[in-house]
Amino acid sequence: MTGFWRAFWALLIGVPILAFAGWGLQDNPRLFVITLLNGLTLASLYFIVASGFTLVFGLMRNVNLAHGSLYLLGGYLGFFTAQLTGSWLLALAAGFAAAALVGLAMQMSIFRFMPGQDLRQTMVTIGLSIVIADLLMWAIGAQVHQMSPPVVLDGPLRGLPLIRAYSTYRLSLLPIGIAIGVALWLFLNRTRVGMMIRAGVDDRAMLAAAGINVNLVFATTFAIGAGLAGLGGVIGAVELSMVPGEDTRLLLASLIVVIVGGMGSVVGAAMGAAILGLAETYGLAYAPTYSVVFTFVILVLVLAFRPRGILGRPA
Amino acid sequence: MSAADWRRAMNLQPPRPAAAGGPRAAPASTPRRRFTNPVRARHVIVLAILLAYPWYATPFFTFQIGAQSLALGLIALSLSFLAGSGGMISLAQMTVAGLAGYMVAIFGTAATDGVTLGWPWWLAVLLAIIGAIVAATFIGWLSVRTEGIYTIMITLAIGVAFHYLTLQNYAVFNGFQGEQKVFPPTLAGIYWRDPKPFYYLTLVCALAGYLFVVYLLRTPFGIALQGIRDNARRMRTLGFNVTAHRVAAYAVAGAIAAVGGVLFTWYNGLVTPGSVGTGWLINILVIAVLGGMRHPVGAFLGAVVFVLLQNFAIDVIDRERFNLVIGVVFLVIVLFSRDGLLGWWAALSARMSTQRGGSPWTAARRRLYAR
Repeated sequence: MTGFWRAFWALLIGVPILAFAGWGLQDNPRLFVITLLNGLTLASLYFIVASGFTLVFGLMRNVNLAHGSLYLLGGYLGFFTAQLTGSWLLALAAGFAAAALVGLAMQMSIFRFMPGQDLRQTMVTIGLSIVIADLLMWAIGAQVHQMSPPVVLDGPLRGLPLIRAYSTYRLSLLPIGIAIGVALWLFLNRTRVGMMIRAGVDDRAMLAAAGINVNLVFATTFAIGAGLAGLGGVIGAVELSMVPGEDTRLLLASLIVVIVGGMGSVVGAAMGAAILGLAETYGLAYAPTYSVVFTFVILVLVLAFRPRGILGRPA
Repeated sequence: MSAADWRRAMNLQPPRPAAAGGPRAAPASTPRRRFTNPVRARHVIVLAILLAYPWYATPFFTFQIGAQSLALGLIALSLSFLAGSGGMISLAQMTVAGLAGYMVAIFGTAATDGVTLGWPWWLAVLLAIIGAIVAATFIGWLSVRTEGIYTIMITLAIGVAFHYLTLQNYAVFNGFQGEQKVFPPTLAGIYWRDPKPFYYLTLVCALAGYLFVVYLLRTPFGIALQGIRDNARRMRTLGFNVTAHRVAAYAVAGAIAAVGGVLFTWYNGLVTPGSVGTGWLINILVIAVLGGMRHPVGAFLGAVVFVLLQNFAIDVIDRERFNLVIGVVFLVIVLFSRDGLLGWWAALSARMSTQRGGSPWTAARRRLYAR
């Protein structure tokens, strides 16, 4: 894109947003800032879940539609671990490990045997998501589970300027999301395995020809991607509640995040998550009936002008 | 199927079929075929069974199994047409069908004090189908910018977004309650929701849809569509407008799904956000994949199996565990068959014909000529 068009788009998108921000700040600054924080923290959760989704997709072209089920699985396991041990960190680890193991099992026992058959793999993940969701409902029931936050992060954080108080746990989602994003970036860009994964994203055949055990790289990536869904499940179990149906909601969020941000790109996932989280919360705060329509309009606009997402590249 | 049709369309000499012969061992010798030509004994038998069905089946089997399978099969047919012939797997077909159902309720009569306009049923149905076609065209226009798995993701996102819209919007869609008591009209002294009339109504619509798709696949449009599925770039180079063909396919599929959606809404007597939820979006895919997408009949096969499972899973395992049963069946089909039940059928008949050296008829003919 030339500089002119870049400036044109920046103006076209930026001016209305700035105008809205100015109006919102002037009209009711407290509501505006709280909504901003809500949006950013929600975006943080979306990013954690969607980054796993996009990681798996980028390397394997596998649209894991069971990602939402893994999120729910991680959340439930984290919940029971926290009940047994009382430790939130252990719950996080358990949620990550459980989802990662299930993901690993999926990759090792099924997807390994159908390389390159994207559509068939996607069908299999659909079948798995039906089965996992029903097994979870069978084992745990349909009632709502909600985790209590860790003691350190419990209660509101008082004495903030302008908004006076805000949930400590909710606020802590922001640094957690950023930390996970940075860790993922470092892992992908600074480690040997990360290098292999990036090479695989660019050219799988060349990676295999270079003598790398591609199946091992695939399995690792799938485990990490699934584990991130489980981790998101434990984090989300406090903020949102866990109930059958949440899996679809988070799957939809992940889908929109990666469609908007561009599939296979972690930075794109961060951008997509920020856009979706902010759009959803501002929609809920300022136009409750139409918040979904709002999200949908963003999806349509991005698809109309950038069919592969903001940071997407041709496959 | 496509390759042979394609060659015929291009006036090329087809290569001799392999000696063993597949499921289509008998190639059409003349390019120009009469309408009655493809009608075989098995078609007549199946039609006779279908027509006689309500006279020997109980009302439960006529209505719950027969009519529901046909209505669901019609919706699945729209997906199997899109996916099997156009190569576009759209999860939003139930959304289009549900939208048609909603529009029948909104324009026609329903038990909602809110927004039903109470227009005559034929106008409501007509408007519902037109509206659904417009919506399907829009969905198509959005999703043809993408290919393969991207299409699945985008149509799923559209479908779920519509589900949440119906859930949150009370002014038009009546929120969680949805539209209740949406029934077919009483015409010519017959209440069309009684088992037998409703069965025949769905049968006529399903047959019309089936024959329409079979016919469409032989028209230049259908053949171009299959060409696009097989190699979009080549078709573009040949001068075909790939995007227009694909969007048109979405519109056609939308019309089929709309008819199915109206019937399914009448069958249930209601349409709620649950009818366009993720569960049903996926169910339609399950039905189409279960039956197989290589031929339009697969959608109806899949629907029959699905409905039977839905009604009798209670005997195998707990009623609540229906999703588990259908999920496992779906997984088995996807993992072990290339193309659902039709794929198994093709593999079976291919094996039979290699063992016996062709179908009974060809074997007999061969014996005759060998003498």
